[in-house]
Amino acid sequence: MTAAVPDRDVALVDLLDRLLAGGVVITGDITISLADVELVHISLRALISSVQTLVDS
Amino acid sequence: MADSLVYVYAVTDATQELPAVTGVDDTSVRQVVSGGLAAVVSSVDPTRFSEEALRRSLEDLQWLESTARAHHGVVAAVAQSGPVAPVRLATVYLDDDNVRALLDDNGPAFAAALDRIRGRTEWGVKIFAAPTPGGAESPAVDDTRPGTSYLLRRRAERDRAARGLQDAVAAAEAAHGDLAAVAVASRRYAPQDPRLSGHREEMVLNAAYLVDEAGAAALHRLIEDRDEPTLRLELTGPWAPYSFATLEEQ
Repeated sequence: MTAAVPDRDVALVDLLDRLLAGGVVITGDITISLADVELVHISLRALISSVQTLVDS
Repeated sequence: MADSLVYVYAVTDATQELPAVTGVDDTSVRQVVSGGLAAVVSSVDPTRFSEEALRRSLEDLQWLESTARAHHGVVAAVAQSGPVAPVRLATVYLDDDNVRALLDDNGPAFAAALDRIRGRTEWGVKIFAAPTPGGAESPAVDDTRPGTSYLLRRRAERDRAARGLQDAVAAAEAAHGDLAAVAVASRRYAPQDPRLSGHREEMVLNAAYLVDEAGAAALHRLIEDRDEPTLRLELTGPWAPYSFATLEEQ
């Protein structure tokens, strides 16, 4: 199997697409609902400037 | 409250090697095995991974980034040695018994998911609308009516931008069709906000493709050979098959 990309080369926003919208969805004993994930996105948008820095660095 | 909770990263074949890698919150990573399956997990601090703590933490960008990167680090390391079904971020169980019950209850579905991604990798393709060159067809300026000319000029610019975006969307759809044709499966995500993507151009496609080795080569050729002045393509990967290791399609 092909080697995966070194972690730091992955943009946070691409990672979050996959980790928050992809992946196997199983009901854990503790699972944060999708509604909360939407909140995360809004909160991310509110934190644009810091994300921008992360994306650029 | 229990001494620890169990954070789940992914499900693999029971025979798969566990690489040396650090998990979320600097924890060590271990396996919970049942039947032919293994869950890749960490024991985590219950005060930091309770529902209430997670709800709070998910709003903290720094926590989110370090947790997402640690989660991804484990998944990527495990993916080096075999098929892996990554679990969505922040899925936590009370104890190992409940994780074993998860594997037992969903055994066939997990096995099918692992078979679907065996020997295959995920690649991400983002397509941006390239900026449209402007200025050529601006309406003539009528000096006697500066307000009107300004509005006409603005409208012409807006129309040109809209036409440019429309063309880019159509070209991106065509590109997606070509890419999906060499892939085993494809999945589309919402285009990323320009403020989050780090690019000023409009994102017109944000998609993931599951490919075998030949498909990966074909996908790379398609990306390299595509000469579309209206588009800019960006390839990411290989990813563990986050977008395709789903149980719902059973």
